[in-house]
Amino acid sequence: MLIELKDVCYTYGTGTVYEVSALDHINLQIGEGEFIGIIGHTGSGKSTLIQHFNGLLKPTSGQVLFEGKDIWEEDYDLRSLRTHVGLVFQYPENQLFETDVLKDVMFGPKNQGLSEEDCRARAHEALSQVGIPEDLYGASPFDLSGGQKRRVALAGVLAMDPEVLILDEPTAGLDPGGRDELLREIRFLRDKRGITVLLVTHSMEDVAQYAKRLLVIDNGKIAFDGAPKRVFSHYKELEKMGLAAPQITYIMHALKERGLDVDLRATTVEEAKRSILLALSQRASEGR
Amino acid sequence: MGEISLGQYYPTNSILHRLDPRVKFIGTIVYIVSLFLVSGPVGYLCAALALFALVLLSKVPFRFILKSMKPIFFILIVTMLFNLFLTPGEELAHFLIFRITREGLVLALRMGIRLALLVMGSSIMTLTTTPNALTDGMERLFSPLKLIKVPVHEISMMMSIALRFIPILTEETDKIKKAQIARGADFDSGGLIKRLKSMIPLLVPLFVSAFRRANDLAMAMEARCYHGGTGRTQMKPLTYAKKDYCAYLITALFLALAIIFRVKGW
Ligand SMILES: Nc1ncnc2c1ncn2[C@@H]1O[C@H](COP(=O)(O)OP(=O)(O)OP(=O)(O)O)[C@@H](O)[C@H]1O
Ligand SMILES: [Mg+2]
Repeated sequence: MLIELKDVCYTYGTGTVYEVSALDHINLQIGEGEFIGIIGHTGSGKSTLIQHFNGLLKPTSGQVLFEGKDIWEEDYDLRSLRTHVGLVFQYPENQLFETDVLKDVMFGPKNQGLSEEDCRARAHEALSQVGIPEDLYGASPFDLSGGQKRRVALAGVLAMDPEVLILDEPTAGLDPGGRDELLREIRFLRDKRGITVLLVTHSMEDVAQYAKRLLVIDNGKIAFDGAPKRVFSHYKELEKMGLAAPQITYIMHALKERGLDVDLRATTVEEAKRSILLALSQRASEGR
Repeated sequence: MGEISLGQYYPTNSILHRLDPRVKFIGTIVYIVSLFLVSGPVGYLCAALALFALVLLSKVPFRFILKSMKPIFFILIVTMLFNLFLTPGEELAHFLIFRITREGLVLALRMGIRLALLVMGSSIMTLTTTPNALTDGMERLFSPLKLIKVPVHEISMMMSIALRFIPILTEETDKIKKAQIARGADFDSGGLIKRLKSMIPLLVPLFVSAFRRANDLAMAMEARCYHGGTGRTQMKPLTYAKKDYCAYLITALFLALAIIFRVKGW
C-alpha cells in the first residue's frame, strides 16, 4: 500500500474551549496509481483529511503510513515525504509570492535541492503541462487572472514531480471550460506519469467522469468508499448528507420508474445516451 | 466562525458575561486603582477574595485565568528579583554580592501580588466580554470626548476592525505557511539570515491578502454608505439594567473600602 491511515482521529484546538472533532476513526488504504474522488458536505473534514497524507497535520490518535512506514516515527524525514506527496490547497493562488511566474514555480524544486538548471527545466515542463503560455513566464504572478494563477500554483506543486498529487477543490471558481480543461490535464498527468491522484471536489459530475474510486466523508467519518457508480446507487442516503448523485442518476431512475428499461448505473451524459437509445430500440423491437 | 477564537473570550452564560461592558470596564479600572491604594496584608487579602468571588461568578474555569499570567510571568519574576536584591535597608541575608533586605522582601512580595492580581483582574474582563462589546462600551464611555473633537467613533471602529482581522490573519498565516511547507519550504532551521529569507514566501502572500481584504472591506463599507460617526445610530444600543446599577454600587463600595484601608494603612 502506498498510503495507509489507521484509526486516525483529529481534533482541532485540543485543550481549549473550541475543541472540534474533525476526523473520527478513519481507516483507509490508497494504492499506487489510483484516481480517487473525495466528496463531502462543507465542514465534513475533507481538507483536514488530506493534510494528514503529507504530514501537515499530526493525528490526535492513530497512524499514518507512507510506503509502510509510520510518518510520525521519531526520525522520519517529513520534508522528503512532502516531495513525494504534492498537495495543492484550496485557493492555491494565495500562496504565490515571487516576482515572476517562472521563479515561483521553481520554488518547490529549489527546496528539493536541485540545481538551477534542473529547477528551470522542471518549471518549464510543469508550466507547459498546465497550459501556461511561454510569454507569461516573466510576468508577475499577481498580474494574472484568477484561473491563470490557479494553474501557476498547480504547476508549482507539479514541478516537484510528486508521486501522489492531492488537489483540494482545484476547480472552485473556474468557468466550465477551464474546469474541464484542468481536470483533463490532471487525468492526462495521471495516465502519463502514473501518479496517484486524490481529488477533493463538490461536483458529483466531475467525480463520475474522472475518478475510479469515490470516498464520501460525512461528519469526519468515511460514509462510502467504492466505485462511483456503486456509491451513487445510494443516492437517497447521499441526499441525507446534504449531497446528491449526478443529475443523470436521477433521470435514469425516473425513466426506470416510467417503465423504460435503462441502465441505472449510467452517470455521464454519454453513457446515459447510449443506454436510453438501447432501451428505446429494444422497446421498439418488442413492440413489433 | 464569527466571535470564535477572538481574543481570549470564554463563551458561557454567567452574570458577569451579561453585565454591561461599561460596568466591567469601569469596575476593572477601579479594581486596579484599589490595588495601588491598599498596601497592607489585609487589603491584599480582601482584593484576592474579591477576585476569587468574581472568578466564581464568571463560571470561567480557573486555569483560563491562570493562563493570562503566562505572558507576564517572566516580567513578574524579574521585577520581584530586582526589588528583592536592590532595595537598601535592614539586611536579612546575603551571599556574594547579593543582599536581601527586609524592605526588599516586603517590596518584592507587594509588587508580585499587585501585578498578579492586576493581570488576573483585568483578564476577567476580557474573558467575559467579547472584544466587540468592549469597544462598544469604550466608545460610549469616551463619547463625551467628541466635544473636544476626539474622533471617538472612528477610533473605536478602527479597533473593532483590527480585532476582527486578527483571527482572520492568523488563520491565513497558518494556511499559507502550510501551503509553502507542502512545497518544501523550511521555516525553522538555519541561521538568522536564512530564517529571515525563508519568511519571504510567507510574508508576501500574507501582505497581499491583507491589503486585498482591507480594500474589499473598505469597498463594502462604502457600498453601504458608511461615512463615519455623525448621525449614526447603533443596532443594539447599550442600556443599563438593574444588575448594572447594582454592580456600580458594589464597585463604589469596593473603592470606598480601599480608600479606608489606605487611610488606616491596613
Ligand atoms: N484551523 C481550524 N481550527 C478549528 N477548527 C477547524 C479548523 N479548520 C477546520 N476546522 C473545523 O473542522 C471541521 C472540518 O473542516 P474541513 O476544513 O476539513 O472541512 P471541509 O470538508 O474541507 O469543508 P469545505 O468543503 O468547506 O472545504 C469543520 O467543522 C471546521 O469548522
Ligand atoms: Mg476544505
